[in-house]
Amino acid sequence: MNKIRELFQELVIDYVESDMITLTVDKLNLRKVLKTLKETKDLQFNQLIDLCAVDLIEYGQSEWETKETTSKGYNRGINPQSHSRIDFVTEDVNQEYKLCVVYHLLSIKHNMRIRVKCNLSNESLIVPSVTDIFASADWYEREAYDLFGVLFEGHQDLRRILTDYGFIGHPFRKKFPLIGNTQVTYDPEQKKVVNVPVDISPRTLVPKVIRKRK
Amino acid sequence: MSDYKNFTMNFGPQHPAAHGVLRLILEMDGEVIRSADPHIGLLHRATEKLAESKPYNQNIGYMDRLDYVSMMCNEHAYVLAIEKLLKLEVPVRAQYIRVMFDEITRILNHLLWLGAHALDIGAMSVFLYAFREREDLMDCYEAVSGTRMHATYYRPGGVAKDLPNVMPKFMLNKNQNLEQIETLNYNREGTLLDFIDSFVDRFPKNVDEYENLLTENRIWKQRTVGIGVVSPERAIDLGFTGPMLRGSGVSWDLRKKEPYEVYKNLKFDIPIGTEGDSYDRYLVRIQEMRESAKIIQQCCEWLKKDDGQHISSNSKIAPPDRDDMKDNMESLIHHFKLFSEGYCVPEGEVYAAVEAPKGEFGVYMISDGANKPYRLKIRAPGFPHLAALNEMSKGHMLSDVVAIIGTQDIVFGEIDR
Repeated sequence: MNKIRELFQELVIDYVESDMITLTVDKLNLRKVLKTLKETKDLQFNQLIDLCAVDLIEYGQSEWETKETTSKGYNRGINPQSHSRIDFVTEDVNQEYKLCVVYHLLSIKHNMRIRVKCNLSNESLIVPSVTDIFASADWYEREAYDLFGVLFEGHQDLRRILTDYGFIGHPFRKKFPLIGNTQVTYDPEQKKVVNVPVDISPRTLVPKVIRKRK
Repeated sequence: MSDYKNFTMNFGPQHPAAHGVLRLILEMDGEVIRSADPHIGLLHRATEKLAESKPYNQNIGYMDRLDYVSMMCNEHAYVLAIEKLLKLEVPVRAQYIRVMFDEITRILNHLLWLGAHALDIGAMSVFLYAFREREDLMDCYEAVSGTRMHATYYRPGGVAKDLPNVMPKFMLNKNQNLEQIETLNYNREGTLLDFIDSFVDRFPKNVDEYENLLTENRIWKQRTVGIGVVSPERAIDLGFTGPMLRGSGVSWDLRKKEPYEVYKNLKFDIPIGTEGDSYDRYLVRIQEMRESAKIIQQCCEWLKKDDGQHISSNSKIAPPDRDDMKDNMESLIHHFKLFSEGYCVPEGEVYAAVEAPKGEFGVYMISDGANKPYRLKIRAPGFPHLAALNEMSKGHMLSDVVAIIGTQDIVFGEIDR
């Protein structure tokens, strides 16, 4: 374990041992780190088990003020900014993002797992693709692109994968409303299926509460 | 020679052999596949995003609907992730119940796979045999949870209810006479465990029946031997897990390598293939059903002797006893808090995986200390398998694509999430 720490001393921004070793790396070193993890003889992390993106923009924000009780009753719990409560957005106003790409690797030879995280800085959504290192990255990167809008540089075929043909937006970002933006319906005048703004209102019953345990 | 050039063909999404809603764009050279481009997402329900807006326990039901033929295994990965974050101890009895139902689920899944796969390749009768046994296992699901498919039975800290002491029986109706009803009820006189015991007693013979129909069957072999061959190195690189990986000869099973719950106390073997073709994967899954039956038997034996708790007694996480609630104020408050706000999970991230019938079903969960997951990523085994469809089907005939989809054990609930 210490070996991993030594090996990447200069390349790693953060090293944590929680449920598994978690490395945080800069995207410039990402490919180098993953390649070394795969090719070093005593590590052989040669299976990319999972790759996903995370939107950290709402991290740690609760909807329910537990400390200061007010007389406003249930309404105090509603923070209209959270993704489960925002109504559909007509234009893409909020370009702010705070994304992170997470790689889970498995070494079948040595029965070890490792997690590599790469935070995206505010200027760029581009991450180098690892499809040439791990074949399984192909669809995972397409998924992260589709749902979060992360761009993988060097991916041969970065198309949407899970959302509908012609879908607009990246639905798993926290600023994308849970109810969605459009719904499909049949338009008898045009005699075809069309996309129209959603007509349901956001409805989340249980507010998000953060309580620190003593 | 031929004047025809390659042409593209659309396959699905409404096609019985596509195992749900798979749309394939095939580039064909006559009958031969040059490339296959799967279009997925037709069953995308954004489970992961929905989960972010619901308290932890309310998401268990969504897990059933991912891989809807191995329901309890999905729940298992989800509750394991929560338990890891909470550092929650699970009573041993609950662990045995979970392992037993994981293995029942494995048999359920493999039976459906076997029936559907055989049906796709043209063997009708296996389907009927497989569904005969599935019926009994569904009854076990129903006995513990009240539902045949989407059980929502596992809970962080254990399982929802203890095993019932009686097995529900068939009732007299206008279609069956008393004699028929008695035949149907012959092994339902005792408890659920007795019923499961009698099932595993006869199950190996049932597997022999399926094998009689298929293993040495000339047509079956022609359709599966040498089809969709994947080398061990390639299987690892492509992210294969479960029978798809073991069929290629890699001995990797989370039940042995990262034993969760009580798997380390149980005796069972991990079958692996040699050639990495569809036939090997068939043999691996058949053998896995026999091994699962052994595990169930051992669990049954243990559970019959034991009489412990089925869920953790930590009332911050697990609901209090019904009776307790009537005369204990504290229990009433716990109950109210649990079912309105839920419980807050300490800040952190965790990856928990189980050996689901299809492979490694993993849950990557990030908590920011709230009563809802901040991010939930479901690592579905079928996703990388289907991604390899292009590579596996290249150079095969059109009809082999069906055999390859079959051998991959595709279920769209988990791939599209």
